[in-house]
Parts: sequence; C-alpha cells; structure tokens
Amino acid sequence: MRAQIEGSQAVAEVVVLCRPEVIAAYPISPQTHIVERLSRMVKRGDAGSCQYLNVESEFAALSVLIGASAAGARTYTATTSQGLLFMAEAVYNAAGLGLPIVMTIANRAVGAPINIWNDHSDSMALRDAGWIQLYAETNQEAADLHIQAFRLAEELSCPVMVCMDGYILTHAYEPVDVPDQTAVDTFLPAFSPVQVLDPNAPISIGAMVGPEAFTEVKYLAHQQHLRALSLIPEMAGDFERQFHRLSGGLYAPYRMEDAEIAVIALGSVIGTIKDAVDELRLEGIAAGCVKIGCYRPFPSLQLRAALEGVSRVIVVEKDLAVGVGGIVSADVRMALQGSAVPVHTVIAGLGGRSISIASLKRMVIEARAERLNEPHFLDLHTTVIDAEQSRRREQRRAGPIAEQVLRAVKAIGAKAT
Amino acid sequence: MQTVRIHGRGGQGVVTAAELLSIAAFADGRYAQAFPSFGSERMGAPVMAFCRIDERAIRTREAVTHPDVVIVQDPTLLHQVDVFGGLSAQGYVLINSTRSVEELGLDKFLNAFPDGHVCVVPASDIGVTHMQRPVANTPLLGAFAAMTGLVELASVQSAIRQRFPGALGEANAAASKDGYDHVIACLSQERSDSHHARAN
Repeated sequence: MRAQIEGSQAVAEVVVLCRPEVIAAYPISPQTHIVERLSRMVKRGDAGSCQYLNVESEFAALSVLIGASAAGARTYTATTSQGLLFMAEAVYNAAGLGLPIVMTIANRAVGAPINIWNDHSDSMALRDAGWIQLYAETNQEAADLHIQAFRLAEELSCPVMVCMDGYILTHAYEPVDVPDQTAVDTFLPAFSPVQVLDPNAPISIGAMVGPEAFTEVKYLAHQQHLRALSLIPEMAGDFERQFHRLSGGLYAPYRMEDAEIAVIALGSVIGTIKDAVDELRLEGIAAGCVKIGCYRPFPSLQLRAALEGVSRVIVVEKDLAVGVGGIVSADVRMALQGSAVPVHTVIAGLGGRSISIASLKRMVIEARAERLNEPHFLDLHTTVIDAEQSRRREQRRAGPIAEQVLRAVKAIGAKAT
Repeated sequence: MQTVRIHGRGGQGVVTAAELLSIAAFADGRYAQAFPSFGSERMGAPVMAFCRIDERAIRTREAVTHPDVVIVQDPTLLHQVDVFGGLSAQGYVLINSTRSVEELGLDKFLNAFPDGHVCVVPASDIGVTHMQRPVANTPLLGAFAAMTGLVELASVQSAIRQRFPGALGEANAAASKDGYDHVIACLSQERSDSHHARAN
C-alpha cells in the first residue's frame, strides 16, 4: 500500500516481508530506526518465527549471521560508518564463504573527525570485500532493492549490501508503496542454500586454503560477480513486470539520448541531479545523467555504452580517496579507457554537506569551460582553507585541524550547511 | 512546489512537525517530502526540519534554503539564528509567541510581507491547555493550515491521530484546531483593521 512513511520504516517492513529467519544487529545512527522497528515487529510476532538478536557489537552481529546463514537461515542486518568498519573482518568472511546475507548500509561518513551525517565513505571502504553493492536513489527504490537483494544473494550465494543515504533517505518521509506478502512471496522464493551445515549430512565450511588453491577460489568469486552483471538487469526486469515500476538494475540513464555532458553519481543525489539537468536543458545545455545502481560488480561495459556519444563526463561522488581523489571516477575512467572523453572528479556532500541544484549547475558550466580542478571539491570554503594553511605554515604547534577549522568557519560566518 | 522550514530546539518536536505536515499533504493527494536538518542535534540546540509539498513527485534532496514558509517554534531563536534567511518576499511567517510582532521587534521586517502572511500564535500556551506541557508543534500545524491553505486541518488532525493514538492524539488534534482558529480570528481582525484604515 502506498503511504507517506519514513525510509527506515519502509525498509523494515519490506525486510519482514522477505521472511528473514535470523536478524542480528547493533544500533548506530542513522541505521537505528530500521533495527528498532525490526526488533519491535519480531517481538510483536509480526515476523513469524524470525529470531532477533541484540548483540554486543557489529562484529558479533555479522558473526552470528555467518553461523545462521551457514545453517541455512535467511539472514539480515543493518549498520553504518564505524559499525561497518568494526565488522570488517566478518564482512570479508561472509563474502569469502559465499553466504547470501543481506545488509543495509545507512551510508554515513567515517571519523575522525566524528560526523554522523551522510556520505559514502563507509560502504566505499569495503567496496572490494566481495559483497554486491546496490545504491538506492529513493526510499521506494531502497525498499524494492531489498526484495531483489535476497533473491540475488541466494541465487548467487553471495552477500549483498543495499546502500541508502543516511538521514537523507533513512529519515525522510516520502511516499512508498510497500507491497503485500503475496507479491513478495511470488518474487522471492524460499531460501534454498547451495551449502548448508546439517548434522544429518555433515560438511565443513571455512577451509584453510593455501597458495595451491587460493587464486582459484578468488577467481570463482570474481566469476560470480560477473554473473551478477547479467542477473541484476534480468531481476530488475522481472521486478518491473510484476510490480510495474522501475527499481534496481545496473545503471539508469536520464535525458541521455542527445546529451553532450553526462553527470554520473550513486544514491539519492541523483534526484537533485535530475532537477539540475532539467534546468540546464532549459538554459540550452544538453546535460544528462547516469545513475550507477550497482557499484560492485562494476558495470564497465554497460556504462561505456550508456556514455556513447557524450563529449564530457562528470562523476559526482560522496567519498574521497585521500591522496588520490575520486574512487568512483577511477572506475569510470577504466570503463572509458581508450576513449578521449574527459572525466572530471567532483567530491561532494562529504559529512552531510547539502548538495544544491545551484552548485551542480555551476559545476557543469565550469566543467564545460575547462575551469574545474582535478579533483574538484564542490562548495569548498576556500577562505577557510587558505587561512588555516597559512596558519599552519607559520606555526609548528598549530594544534588540531578539526577544532581550528570549526573555529574559522564560525569566525568567517560561512554557512556550513 | 512549496517549501517549509521549521525552526526550534532539539526536543520540541520540530522534526515530528515536518513529518506530520508531509503526511497531511499526502492525505490531501499531494506529493510531500519531510526531512531533518543536518547539524548538531541534541536537546536544546537549535534545529531545523524541512517539508516540500508539490503536485508532482519530488526529486531534489537539498536542504531548503529559500523557503516559502517559515515556522518558528521557539521565539528565543528569533535574534539568535537567521530564521528568515532566504525567505521569499511573498512568503509566510508563523511565530510561536504571546507577544506581538512589534513587541518581538520584528515589525519593520515583517510589515513588508503581504497581508495575512504573518501570524503570531500563542502555541505553547495552547499546548499547556491541552497537553499540560508547552507543546507548540501541533498548534502551529493547525495555524499553518489556516494561514497557507496548503493542507486541510482535517488532514493535519488525522496525521496527528495516526502518530499519537488515543487521548494524546485527541489532545494534540484539539490543540491544532485552536491554532487554526487563532489564525482565522487574526486574519479576520487584520481584514477589518485594514478596512477601517482605508475608511479613515
């Protein structure tokens, strides 16, 4: 039923409709509303025989799920930021063991400096841990991706992260159509594990593998991800046929038919970019955008085809590889290798800074005029940077950077939103 | 698209107000989006929440920097935070206070707005009457419905009852009705004043 609800509520309701058997989680903002609601639903008996474990840490949460999944249970957790990093070892293990766990990432910055707001630093840090990573543009898509994620994970025997922007989506109220149980059951068959710990047919999972076979095991994991590249669009097609709406898929173009300049991004900022594209079109600039819906595996060939004919690409990313620049843009450049199309990296929205239509339009105009730095930091307070850098040059004991920058921002009165 | 920015302090139900407003607009058949501001949020700290209302699906996620309506739940913020920043010259202002615009020292700025676009509502007092606590958000939502006509009072009340079932919801729904009535009375007073002013 279509309702005006919080993103976290939509996700929790849809997760229950997916009939998980074990949920283990540790609360951390901005994931909290999802797991609080799940625990209430399980306690009220709304989730059948599902077990909810309130564990002592994120490491424990995923470790519990590794055991439960290996025993044949459909499993789910959610986390964010430092929570995801705290479970990092188990994140690799879940993928390496081929366990189809589904985890929501309520994307948030990673400290220090401590910051509870949105960017993609957390899921990007674990992008190569072997999980499939899907990114939601809206709360409707976040809800729908979970239904697809369980089917995808179980089909491939590979864990899936559904990434949704913390606060921007998790705490936003907007219309979401939460499907009914029958519809979800039709799309998502019962879990039939490819490996299961069963006392009646004992096996072991988690062998020590030396140089004689490690490469082969990893190669097969890579092949599974490549299989996902054909499975994900098929699944999105099935989903559209059944639910009559577009959700998921590897990528989604917007006004790209005759686009001269393409803006690429992941997650909820795509909505703002679409509005910016429409305004630019009215001003006579042939802009378009491409949403990357699946970031791992990376749809290189598909993206290259989607960008056919454009003369310039801007990747807007909510992360920073310190000392390098962009993360997503490096993948995009690889997808476009051999082509002469310039690819700009724009770092935006770090630690929850609002990304405005006005700033995005300015960015496109500056890029066309070859006036963007590489990488370009959107809406950087350059006066603050200049003052702090000169202060640090003059003084050996210049003190902690975060505190100084905060003071400078307040003194200069820059609108730090 | 209409954009609303609500100012208050952590713990005053600012975020809840934006959420309820979006639910009311949805019930009226519109598209709506509500979300909190991204800043330090703790009890007592200045906080903001936003709501967008439109006839078509809302895509943008940026913070509301140029609101059509500003609601100030806590008048102690008036000279502390730039609550009117970016407000449209044709916009609406709703302030929770028992004092007049003149007493608040805002007459010079607010008199420039069109007639019927500025209202001061004793929302905390209404809250005390109905909830025995200075709850200002639900009276202000009723006042918002009366002043802007962007949502129906009945939709605001049903959103309130949905969120707070039972006696608490009824008390808040009654408080929103008082907020609504206060604005209707203010507007009719304003009209009769301006009529007299013209007659003189």
